[in-house]
Amino acid sequence: MSESDIAIHGSGETLMEASPYGIPSRKLAMWLFIISDSITFGALLFGYGYLRTASSDWPTPFKFNPSIVNVLIMTFVLVTSSLTMLGAVDSAKVGDKAKTRRFLWSTILLGVIFAGLHIREWISMIDEGVSLFQNPWGSPLFGGAFFSITGLHLLHVISGVVAMIVISRGFSRGSLNAGHVEATGLYWHFVDLVWMFVVPLIYLLNISK
Amino acid sequence: MANITHSPNVIAKYLPVYFVLLGIAGLEVFLAYQAFSTITLVFLLLALAFCGGILAVMYFMHLHDERRSLFLTLIPVTIFVLLMMNMLWSDSFRLLYLKPFAH
Repeated sequence: MSESDIAIHGSGETLMEASPYGIPSRKLAMWLFIISDSITFGALLFGYGYLRTASSDWPTPFKFNPSIVNVLIMTFVLVTSSLTMLGAVDSAKVGDKAKTRRFLWSTILLGVIFAGLHIREWISMIDEGVSLFQNPWGSPLFGGAFFSITGLHLLHVISGVVAMIVISRGFSRGSLNAGHVEATGLYWHFVDLVWMFVVPLIYLLNISK
Repeated sequence: MANITHSPNVIAKYLPVYFVLLGIAGLEVFLAYQAFSTITLVFLLLALAFCGGILAVMYFMHLHDERRSLFLTLIPVTIFVLLMMNMLWSDSFRLLYLKPFAH
């Protein structure tokens, strides 16, 4: 195969360009996913804002205790899990498998606690009569907006927990490397970042004073 | 057995960012119970959320340590798209007052 053939068909390691961003393609792919996902969450939050502004009887049902206290605990748990994830990524980079496992499972545990608190919040809302299409307080759109935004976030948390379990097992066995842990870490921090916007817009703007 | 190289404690390094993020969460709750108008509260809470988001992206997600080209490729475009979504607000007021926003 001549050099021109390689150039035409796009194969051949010698002709491949270096990454323009100096990062592995796995990490770049995760960044691009995060950007697209942030647009998805942005669209949902803007849609929620539209409905809230357009409704004259938007409910404000969240009492300090238990709802806001629960949200504060959830925030503490999620931000702490980001810290343990940083530990996992750092340990993976230096090749400390035992420490990586410990940090990853700490993050998984915190993720599970967050999901449990989230589901508890949902159950109390459902017990108060909130569903996707109705609630006892005002605009029936409240339930749909609340459950779809917090539900999408909860789905991300559960997906992250499953991904971390897979990554932890794969990293311990040697089939996955530090790059996989780092990409999962990026995803997990993004889940944390989204929560920072969900809390003020969904909960704090709808507190019962 | 794989070689293990020891690095400085990363948890201690990012602990200040962690406490600032928790502080922002606490401050948001405090502000939510103050007597601000809804629009002022939205701006205050969003400003604090953006501060938290920037800290998380730059330090927890290490964008601060990456090449500037990655930052310039990802972040301005995302902000532009999110800003473009703001054009729908005037229509939401139309629904509330049953007349176009400008009238």
